[in-house]
Amino acid sequence: MAKPATRAASRRPIARKGAKAKRGMNRPSPTREELINFYRDMLLIRRFEEKAGQMYGMGLIGGFCHLYIGQEAVVVGMQAAINEASTVVTSYRDHGHMLACGMESRGVMAELTGRVGGYSKGKGGSMHMFSREKNFFGGHGIVAAQVPIGTGLAFGHKYKGEDAVCLTYLGDGAANQGQVYESFNMASLWKLPCIYVIENNKYAMGTAVSRGTAGTSLAERGAAYGIVGEEIDGMDVVAVKAAGEKAVAYASSGKGPYILEMKTYRYRGHSMSDPAKYRTKDEVNRMRQEHDPIDNVKARLAEAGVSDDELKAIDRDIRATVTEAADFAQSSPEPDPSELYTDILIEA
Amino acid sequence: MPIQILMPALSPTMTEGTLAKWLKAEGSAVEPGDVLAEIETDKATMEVEAIEEGTMGRHLVAEGTENVAVNTPIALLLTDSEDVSALDQSPSPVPDVALASATPTQAPAEPRGALPTPALDTDEERFFAATQIQTVREALRDAMAEEMRKDELVYVMGEEVGEYQGAYKITQGLLQEFGDKRVIDTPITEHGFVGLAVGAAFGSLKPIIEFMTFNFSMQAIDQIINSAAKTLYMSGGQMGCPIVFRGPNGAASRVAAQHSQDYTSWYAHCPGLKVVAPWSAADAKGLLKSAIRDPNPVIFLENEVLYGQSFEVPTDSDFTVPIGRAKVVRPGADVTVTAFSIMVGKALEAAEMLAGEGIDAEVIDLRSIRPLDVDAIVRSVEKTNRIVSVEEGWPTCGVGSEIAALMMERAFDHLDAPVARIAGEDVPMPYAANLEQLALPQPESIVAAAKSVCYRE
Repeated sequence: MAKPATRAASRRPIARKGAKAKRGMNRPSPTREELINFYRDMLLIRRFEEKAGQMYGMGLIGGFCHLYIGQEAVVVGMQAAINEASTVVTSYRDHGHMLACGMESRGVMAELTGRVGGYSKGKGGSMHMFSREKNFFGGHGIVAAQVPIGTGLAFGHKYKGEDAVCLTYLGDGAANQGQVYESFNMASLWKLPCIYVIENNKYAMGTAVSRGTAGTSLAERGAAYGIVGEEIDGMDVVAVKAAGEKAVAYASSGKGPYILEMKTYRYRGHSMSDPAKYRTKDEVNRMRQEHDPIDNVKARLAEAGVSDDELKAIDRDIRATVTEAADFAQSSPEPDPSELYTDILIEA
Repeated sequence: MPIQILMPALSPTMTEGTLAKWLKAEGSAVEPGDVLAEIETDKATMEVEAIEEGTMGRHLVAEGTENVAVNTPIALLLTDSEDVSALDQSPSPVPDVALASATPTQAPAEPRGALPTPALDTDEERFFAATQIQTVREALRDAMAEEMRKDELVYVMGEEVGEYQGAYKITQGLLQEFGDKRVIDTPITEHGFVGLAVGAAFGSLKPIIEFMTFNFSMQAIDQIINSAAKTLYMSGGQMGCPIVFRGPNGAASRVAAQHSQDYTSWYAHCPGLKVVAPWSAADAKGLLKSAIRDPNPVIFLENEVLYGQSFEVPTDSDFTVPIGRAKVVRPGADVTVTAFSIMVGKALEAAEMLAGEGIDAEVIDLRSIRPLDVDAIVRSVEKTNRIVSVEEGWPTCGVGSEIAALMMERAFDHLDAPVARIAGEDVPMPYAANLEQLALPQPESIVAAAKSVCYRE
């Protein structure tokens, strides 16, 4: 007689808590150089986003603008886990992803201000930027639309026999869209090298995960399709990178897709026009004080014997980069009126 | 009186088929449910079952006979009380085939068999020196196969395109030639596989997506418009999306509102897409090859009723038809009639009827709707000074509305009468045969419109 599987028993092979999985293993120990790179990359995103927020307030940036502050460890850790041929696609909270992919601050900032020096010549804006050169495929404005697209990029990697994966980022809100599950089904069916990175920052706009999601483990959302999922501390860049490497090894070996649920947090509102009524200030402050991803790396750097002066030099470099980006974004001209009618179709 | 067994229709659009095999010999006993014969079309094979009991009296159509029209008597069944002598009496007209219930009430709109090569005004003409007779179905398959042989990045994806050989047999044989890496059966998941294909196209593959019908493309409309059509612009020209969306569009026969919509004007509304809707097999082949080679998303609208129709098709595999060029399929002097897809056939029928009344109509097959060959329409109107637009879709914000506006802008001084529009009725497609007939444009309504713009009653 078949025993009915208990919930706990059926769950074990699918979702492993990051902390539990780590217990028996050596804690991953990043090199000094790696830690410095993490620090630099995360700080660049933080300072860039702070500047973008200021410029939005000054009316230099229009439309929607979704800041990534608080979530920096996710993209920086994941980017450190992939090779150059791999591709990245995400939603509209995309500035951090672009910087992590190596796109230039000035080109991203100039896109935010709608200038010709922007990555989309000023025609895409905050939510729609791309760089084929850096294998960044957007920047998509419709919640979860990037999920089948990323699955298709992974399909292309497999079709062309490339040693590459596609990192497909989505938020906890997107995880309730139907096309995510259509994608999971095909990715698992066809063993596509796709890593679904669910950035669970606890709120889909203003709707807490518990208010919008039945069954709150997003790592388990692929269980029905046989997709392995793990829950990771997305505020710890070292843990993110370790999980990323494991997922990449799995997906590249032909075993199919992988889900990483990154527990993370955004300090700012959903977009610039957020009423901030759906969570308390205390909650935000507690996350900033106790779980900040940059403070986390800073502490590790201190343990590794990196001096304050060295960190301050990095800070200064980054401030200079961001200031230069902001200047460029204001001095780059608006697109020529003739650009209105370009890039609609490619000349056959 | 013996019962006539009639050639059944296997599908709403079937008009003829092959009687492949008799399974009940003359003289053998027949029980209800017995399989009497196998019939085949280019799409499928099916068994004909008896619904009455009796004895197989006489086969009226021999095994292996092709092109047997639906509703042709194929056998006579003797009832219990009858003997062989009854076969020579006049038979009962009651059909004995349950399958025959969906007999089309409409005669095929277009003449069967090969149509004469139309007059050509483009450099496509030289390819018509060597042609073969092909159905639209065969032409579409050949276009895909030829382009797949040329370019490894081209692949076909959709529901039932592989092992089933295509729901309408358009992809017949492709799986066998190209294998399952390039001919991919998807789950029933339009939103998902269209998004996946758009991502693959961003990653420089060249997908051909088959929709079982364009009605199902509504499941995927976000990915078609927001992702495929707009991303090139939003990326400042970086993100080309070389993809073809193809499949039957518009009304077939008796499939009602959710399976009968014409989406031409919906897609033609959107910048970032090209939209084509061929009528002839030659154009189907030439335009599909152009669409596959095109670096942009192309909506390729086919018509189920046309799939089985035959035309002359150039044999040279270099033959293509440029997207954006209309074709005069019947020159004339008195009135311009524009049409596309299946309506070209109706417009040609109407033109013949008009000729009988002394009106010489020029029929233009638009072929491409976006971009629209406005110059070709204007040239014709400069000559005829009158125009009737014909489309199957709804009138509001339709292709005809656009043509009417364009004629105001581009040909106002040449018009001797207001532009007339013939379109599908402004209703969801009804199922009932008579209502469906009323909802679709017919040659008679085109004739009436043409006469009206010529001020003839």
